[in-house]
Amino acid sequence: MTADLASLLLGFQVAFQPSNLLFMLIGLVLGIIIGVLPGLGGANGIAILLPLTFAMSPVSAIIMLSCIYWGALFGGAITSILFNIPGEPWSVATTFDGYPMAREGKAAEALTAAFIGSFVGALFAIIMITLLAPLVAKLALQFGPPEFFAVMFLAFAAFVGLGGGSPVKTLAAMMIGFLLAAVGLDTVTGQLRMTFGSVELMRGFDFLVVVIGLFGLSEIFLSVEEGLSFKGGRAAIRLKVVFETFKTFLSHWALAIRSCIIGCFMGITPAGATPASFMSYAIAKRSSPDGDTFGKGNIKGVIAPETAAHAAGTSALLPMLALGIPGSPTAAVLLGGLMMWGLQPGPMLFVEQKDFVWGLIASMYIGNVVGLILVIACVPWFAAILRIPFALIASLIIVVCAIGAFSVKNAYGDIVTMFVFGVVGYVMKKLQYPLAPMVLAVVLGDRTEQAFRQSLLISQGDLSIFWSRPLVASIMAVGFFVLLWPLFQKMMKRPELKPQQG
Amino acid sequence: MSSQTGGEGRAIKSFWIEISFALFLAALGGVAIIDSLRLGAGWAADGPKAGFFPFWIGLCLSAAALTVLVQTLVKRSDAVFAQTHELKLVGAIALPTALFVAVIPFVGIYGAGALMIAGFLRKLGRYSWLFSAGAAVVLMAGFFIVFEFWFLVPMPKGPLETALGF
Repeated sequence: MTADLASLLLGFQVAFQPSNLLFMLIGLVLGIIIGVLPGLGGANGIAILLPLTFAMSPVSAIIMLSCIYWGALFGGAITSILFNIPGEPWSVATTFDGYPMAREGKAAEALTAAFIGSFVGALFAIIMITLLAPLVAKLALQFGPPEFFAVMFLAFAAFVGLGGGSPVKTLAAMMIGFLLAAVGLDTVTGQLRMTFGSVELMRGFDFLVVVIGLFGLSEIFLSVEEGLSFKGGRAAIRLKVVFETFKTFLSHWALAIRSCIIGCFMGITPAGATPASFMSYAIAKRSSPDGDTFGKGNIKGVIAPETAAHAAGTSALLPMLALGIPGSPTAAVLLGGLMMWGLQPGPMLFVEQKDFVWGLIASMYIGNVVGLILVIACVPWFAAILRIPFALIASLIIVVCAIGAFSVKNAYGDIVTMFVFGVVGYVMKKLQYPLAPMVLAVVLGDRTEQAFRQSLLISQGDLSIFWSRPLVASIMAVGFFVLLWPLFQKMMKRPELKPQQG
Repeated sequence: MSSQTGGEGRAIKSFWIEISFALFLAALGGVAIIDSLRLGAGWAADGPKAGFFPFWIGLCLSAAALTVLVQTLVKRSDAVFAQTHELKLVGAIALPTALFVAVIPFVGIYGAGALMIAGFLRKLGRYSWLFSAGAAVVLMAGFFIVFEFWFLVPMPKGPLETALGF
């Protein structure tokens, strides 16, 4: 414990280096802009900028990119409240009460409540990461390939079982991801898989290109459906309002803590920030005595989803750091970044790359404090971004996406691939296929397969290795339980429903 | 999915799109299965062959897609894919984007980008030709400086950049 504290102090030294503070600020500003703009999300924004960070030191790179993530989490709330346009999927629930508040002239209160909620949620999650991540990593150091495969199985099973929506479509989306990851050179045998003689396919599908297409281009297509202009209010936040809202926030402490816990739970499992925000909103509405005023401008309806979304978004980094298994698409892109910078993701990071891990954790504390001050102080300017004509924003984002896709491997073919995934992503979203499991499968596909094959090499082809030892068996059991959860739910519901019908 | 009916245009049902996409995914899974069988999807002396993993992934994909297909056929829901006027707007963005991607090899990314920005501003933003072209050139020149000089990431260039000596 004390050793971890010393490591954290060391991390603060790394994070407080002037160059890293500068990258933090750049990341936050970029992140808030990305969060405000529909069509540029955390995952996509980071994917576009990742290739530009090759020359940086890994610590500075991850500090900047993770700050983009925090910034995007903050920024999503601005447009939800002022414009009724969720800049990010996890701020959809914030529009329910945030926009009505803004229309009643309480935009400043709503924004402040959202920002403070976000900050508290993030802080809760960071403290949890600080305390838990080293322990989880220590446990995971004993993991062999079977255990890693089991954890990945659990992560993917959680998508199918807990992700909501159609389990079959989740499964299909995930399998597309795995297939994409398998295209190209098989690292174990050196054989070419599913390339059909094409040189373009031989390179395989880079996950960055897939992410930029799926989350960038398709988002533009989706947001254009709503029309070509944004209408919304203006807001500047006075210091007096900040203090008053802070007092109101403190009186809702129980709600905030509950939202933090919901968020952290959903963030660690790969369900992610979006369902966390909806779940937290629904529970707050159901449990509040004034639940019927939700949706008409109740401040609790802003605090609950924002706190949970930020807690979930932040805690998604816990499994990414400690196990090498990301809890959200954005965390998945960051994990891909680790591999590109030459770091081996997984528990060994805590042993071999102390500077990196603790510098990142320390930067999370600083980044969220700075981010909070930044958004409160600069809301009017960030909101003004949406007054730029949509024609310009859309075309600029498309150009940026193309540049981002090209710079991954300096290949024109990747721009074409990105466009194809943009169209496919649009169709998938319209047909309600979830994209998050697909992205996670593209990023983790090779590692999942490797863990699977290494396990079988150890056991010489005997599948029983996945339930021979207590640790791996229990993880697999939880995985199967989560996978089949929708079936259990159906079975449990049936006897309840019958008497009601009769 | 929104079921509201806008004043203009009509709703396009997702039924056929759902079926076509499921068939497409099932075929994709089939392709993976066939290619994996070619590589060998069974067990070698030292563990699974190269095709083993993609074989089962392909099988799962096809199975999931066919389940979606059956569900769609059984349910026959009236879910709406999009309104026609919405699709027109999407097309107004997607087609120029496709064109932008297609001309990059010939005029470079900066030239193609400038053309697209100018076109968007003129057609969608209804700005004057002069303003649209001016804004596009200034913005892409900015991009050029940022990427070629700051980040040192060379982008695809066309005859224009060559003529200017880059």
